[in-house]
Amino acid sequence: MWEQIRDNQTRSVVLVTAMGIMLLLLGSFLGQALLGDWAFGLILALLIWIVMTLVGYFQGDSILLSLSNARKIGPDDMPRIYNVVEEMKIASGLEKMPDIYIVDDPALNAFATGRDKNHTSLAVTSGLLQKLNRDELQGVVGHELAHMRNRDVLLMAMCSVLLGTIVIIAWYGSRILFFAGGTRRSSSGGGSAQIIILLAAVVFMILAPIMAQLIYLAISRKREYLADASSALYTRYPEGLASALEKIAASTEQLKSANNATAPMFIINPFRKGGRAAEDLTSTHPPISERIRILRAMAGNISLAGYEAAYNQAHKGGGGVIPQSALVSGDASAGQAGTAVTPDEKERAREASDVLWKLHNYREVTCDCGLKFKIPPDFQGGSFTCPRCNTTHTL
Amino acid sequence: MWIAILVIIGIAIVLVLIIAGIYNGLVGARNQVKNAWAQIDVQLKRRHDLIPNLVETVKGYMQHERGTLEAVTNARTMAVKAVDSGVAAQAKAEGELSQALGRLFAVAENYPDLKASQNFMALQEELTSTENKISFARQFYNDSVMQYNNKIQMFPSNIIASIGNFKAGESFEVTDTVEREAPKVSFS
Repeated sequence: MWEQIRDNQTRSVVLVTAMGIMLLLLGSFLGQALLGDWAFGLILALLIWIVMTLVGYFQGDSILLSLSNARKIGPDDMPRIYNVVEEMKIASGLEKMPDIYIVDDPALNAFATGRDKNHTSLAVTSGLLQKLNRDELQGVVGHELAHMRNRDVLLMAMCSVLLGTIVIIAWYGSRILFFAGGTRRSSSGGGSAQIIILLAAVVFMILAPIMAQLIYLAISRKREYLADASSALYTRYPEGLASALEKIAASTEQLKSANNATAPMFIINPFRKGGRAAEDLTSTHPPISERIRILRAMAGNISLAGYEAAYNQAHKGGGGVIPQSALVSGDASAGQAGTAVTPDEKERAREASDVLWKLHNYREVTCDCGLKFKIPPDFQGGSFTCPRCNTTHTL
Repeated sequence: MWIAILVIIGIAIVLVLIIAGIYNGLVGARNQVKNAWAQIDVQLKRRHDLIPNLVETVKGYMQHERGTLEAVTNARTMAVKAVDSGVAAQAKAEGELSQALGRLFAVAENYPDLKASQNFMALQEELTSTENKISFARQFYNDSVMQYNNKIQMFPSNIIASIGNFKAGESFEVTDTVEREAPKVSFS
């Protein structure tokens, strides 16, 4: 059942190689146009790429988590989310429990990071914890763990580093070319060959980032469908993820801490315009309405083959998302685990905010009259009086 | 002459590599089955550990539900005893325990004080989640067993499996017919 990972990896390697060649070509053309030296440009581009990849590999997850202001939680801070993640960890067969982070943001979103199976983290927004019930949360967490299981996380991180390098080189190359390149050409007199190379470099500078972006999108969208299919397979309950996606789509909050490079790591595109469902070639994620439709269409036949059939129904013709080799085996038994108690939305909101208070080192004091106080960490003075019953509490 | 020998040696090397690959695949699949079983075990153990706590918490609130509580305690004892008695027997005992717990939680609906207790709520979250974990672990185990058994029975890996003495795995089925039905709750 897990063979699709290998199939996907070969396809991704081809696409990544294409992006890498694009980068090297861009580097050598720029080198020739600016300095008259192919090799120098090539080596410089390669060096920049290697440095950025190393930084991305070792620091990528911590950079991403600190950029989004995520805070790590333990099993006792919020048992519900911890349990849901552990359930999905077991269902997906991951070896290590991922670290769980909470992002203090009313937007509904989640993302996964990590360079290998021993360094994985999952971040969810507090809005998500508040709005989704247990089944829906399970679907979303299953989707993110599927990204980890399918090794999408590292690949997407490396791809975005590559894309970033191409964009940066093209940007600086164009500045240098327009300002310094002009003076150089007039002094050396210039020949027709020089002009052709210059033109080629300019064309390449414009095309490379666009091409790289399209390749990047092709990789990430396929992987979103595959993660949806895997999530349905883990939970044996596609309706959970479908209704979670519905709630996420209906929400108009935008995630504050997201940028273009990190977009594919989220469960839905953080930049979609409020209320707009249809998206085109230039999106990292498939249209959310379509993802919901496919998940709902597979009801009753919960397996990768079932998802494939539903996907083909939605897209008449065209290759499917699940590689053939993965379709031969697959357990179609639909058995849902016992449903747990989920607090209603108001209680969930309180629960989520309590966790955030605690993570910001606020102390909680409960008065005998039932009033709860959150004491800030820099509170001066050793005592305070309850405004309802006038009891004095000493800290 | 030399070419013929080289070709034969080449074919032999390729054959050895293919056989080694299939053998390693079989060992990997068997280890995954073992590992998946260990996951189920961990969760079953956790459930056994949680139940005395639950019974202790609930006792004070439910004076009139002696029978339900005893059923849970007995089912737990049986399940603990069944730990080393094979997959089928263990599955049966655990199925009965799940059922007894389901009845207890159904009865708890009639006791608002109990339902509001923080301790009970935390225990209920832990137990239902453990129940979920058990069924997810079972699901992963059964998938792993199916994958392993497919390898053992399909050509050409079945040849190597029979030489290497790989035995088919047993899936963890809920054999108890009662657990497959929805629990009946009576309010008499």
